[in-house]
Amino acid sequence: MSELDAFRAEVREWLEANCPAEMREPVRDEGDVCWGGRNWVFKNDAQKQWLEACVAKGYTVPDWPRPYGGAGLTPEQTKVLKQEMKRIHARSPLDSFGIWMLGPALLQFGTEEQKVHYLNPIARGEIRWCQGYSEPGSGSDLVSLQTFGEDKGDHWVVNGSKIWTSYADKADWIFCLVRTDKANKYQGITFMLFDMASKGVTTKPILLISGNSPFCETFFDDVEVPKTQFIGEINRGWDVAKYLLGHEREMISGGGAGGDMVSIGGAFAKAFGKNAAGELDDPILRAEMAAFDVDVFAYRAMGERFMDMWKTGRAHPASSNMMKYVGTELNKRRHELVMSGGGSEALEWDSEETKGGARARGWLRTKANSIEGGTSEVMLNVIAKRILDLPGA
Amino acid sequence: MPLYHNDDQAMLKDSVAPFVAEQAPVSHLRKLRDSADATGFSRDLWAQFTEMGLPGMLVPEEHGGLGMGHMEAGIVLEEIGRNLTPSPFLSTSVGAVAALAKAGGTQAGRWLPAIASGEAIVALAIDEGAKHRPDRIATTATRAGNGFRLDGKKSFVLHGHVADMSIVAAKTDGGITLFAVPKDANGLTADSRRLVDSSLASHVTLDGVEVDADAVIGEVDAGGDILDALLAATRTGAAAEMVGVGQGAMDMTVNYLKERKQFGKLIGEFQGLQHRAAHLYGEMEVARATVMKAQQLLDEGSEGAKLMVSVAKAKAGRAANLAVREGVQMHGGIGMTDEYDIGLYMKRDRALAEYMGDVHYHIDQVARMNGY
Repeated sequence: MSELDAFRAEVREWLEANCPAEMREPVRDEGDVCWGGRNWVFKNDAQKQWLEACVAKGYTVPDWPRPYGGAGLTPEQTKVLKQEMKRIHARSPLDSFGIWMLGPALLQFGTEEQKVHYLNPIARGEIRWCQGYSEPGSGSDLVSLQTFGEDKGDHWVVNGSKIWTSYADKADWIFCLVRTDKANKYQGITFMLFDMASKGVTTKPILLISGNSPFCETFFDDVEVPKTQFIGEINRGWDVAKYLLGHEREMISGGGAGGDMVSIGGAFAKAFGKNAAGELDDPILRAEMAAFDVDVFAYRAMGERFMDMWKTGRAHPASSNMMKYVGTELNKRRHELVMSGGGSEALEWDSEETKGGARARGWLRTKANSIEGGTSEVMLNVIAKRILDLPGA
Repeated sequence: MPLYHNDDQAMLKDSVAPFVAEQAPVSHLRKLRDSADATGFSRDLWAQFTEMGLPGMLVPEEHGGLGMGHMEAGIVLEEIGRNLTPSPFLSTSVGAVAALAKAGGTQAGRWLPAIASGEAIVALAIDEGAKHRPDRIATTATRAGNGFRLDGKKSFVLHGHVADMSIVAAKTDGGITLFAVPKDANGLTADSRRLVDSSLASHVTLDGVEVDADAVIGEVDAGGDILDALLAATRTGAAAEMVGVGQGAMDMTVNYLKERKQFGKLIGEFQGLQHRAAHLYGEMEVARATVMKAQQLLDEGSEGAKLMVSVAKAKAGRAANLAVREGVQMHGGIGMTDEYDIGLYMKRDRALAEYMGDVHYHIDQVARMNGY
């Protein structure tokens, strides 16, 4: 048995012993997703037990080094762990912007002291983070951001506002891009970290077309931030931000931006019934779904290749932009087909049978996929410039 | 196995890519076409392929081959595609070898060594109408004397007029049987037609062709699995070749965007073209990954291979088609001229897209394999 096979056997045994049966059920609603944080209320004992077991083993962040709360797994071992979790349909023990975004930035740019200080609570699900990037006047043109931190010696006084801050109303801390030099566009931004409980921070959820409010407007009114709470160098926060956006795209792509990556036609065959030839009884929709399935299975292969290459340094650094573009466009298409497949039932907005209009709300939510984290158009710009090396791009 | 080329495969690519680019670039195709070549490929080039061991890449070592896999064959096919090289590699060294190796027995012993040594060209006589419908084979094989009598018409048989042997799929009493029909068989005629991409494909007529019982590849009535192996290998190979065609067309087009000026600017500066080129890049990358996955699953003998092969043929078909269409459009007027190569890419893509099932056929297969 190879070392990796032995590891797989060990993981399998550990999961069998530690992943509660309830945590192997599909996620049904928002409450089934564990975000952690100071104010987190576990939905049930199983959710708590599963998180604690993973924390103890370092499996909330399996590829982080042990001193920071991880399990120190190699990329191959991490892949095995993910495969084994997927095999038993284990839920993610902890979803977290700290894990997905701040963590990688800290690992890359943080001091040793910062890594120990910030990463462990992230790994344990004790501190829930949000991301302060976009501003009302700075969307795709993020670098034009104007939230300003005035230098007051040992601290900054931050004023301004952020928008599309995911779950800002539930987060404990924020990592935030703040302008610290008005004269220098790219080299005048600092990547700050501060407590959302600080005086002067307020949040206001934004009602979206889906009827939900996962995003907030976040306002800073004379917020004092100690001048120790930044990553990288003062005025060089844009480097961190760019690195992190790359990670965000990697996460979106690695996490299956194509949705749940299974055959869509198979799922609708039951609802539609089949004709005598055993085909879904709506030939044009069947054809569209099958063409979509081809793209889903193809994207799944792309996802596997991308991760294999990314983890071993073989991928083009900008290829995550391509993954993000292709994956999010695919996911939007999936939900268009889900709506067509569901017909008038899928239009219901709050009925019990539709789990509160889950399909309609989900469909509307996906429209943000190709806007958040860089629009599809920006992704195409980046591919044109950095991969295809087209002029003037 | 990670989904990228390992060191050995990368080395193979490093030797095959410059070899094909130097010995058989697009000008090689033009030369054959303009001299109205009657063979359909260059025998000198095939001899060079043989010196490198390429015809026997997939042939098991005990039959004199290199015993490599579809991932390796795909490397060669991609270069053949990128250079539009006319070659019997796909039908002979991929499709026929897959069938013979799967079947074993007399015909494998006879033909595999001959393929590996570069002596034998093999054609695949599967299709019967204008569209690929391998589940509706009407050609019959009836018992006669010591063997069988074959009757029927086959179409789209690449290299059929020069093949030393054709693999013929025919209906027998209890199923499908594959036959190795030698070139000189009585009643076998191959009427070759020039296709849009300058290749030669035959309408093959089997008019009471008598073959011995040992012409059967594998067992009588049990040709279904062997045919499946042949189809899976050939489809995956055609998909790999299409990735080469698409990549070649895309590279040429992206270069053109960096050279051509209009309105005082390089046309590659226009966002309208940049976004289309970037979109194409994504489609080509996905197609490449998909083809590699199909190759990997075939090499592993995985059950999931069949689905992925159809996904690969469909996805590579879509992506390469986009590449050649965008290629001609972005080249503008010169893209319509015979002098520029981009149009040749469009022609080859069309022929490969049709070969062994087009995009629509394989999309339908994907639906069936997923139960709808």
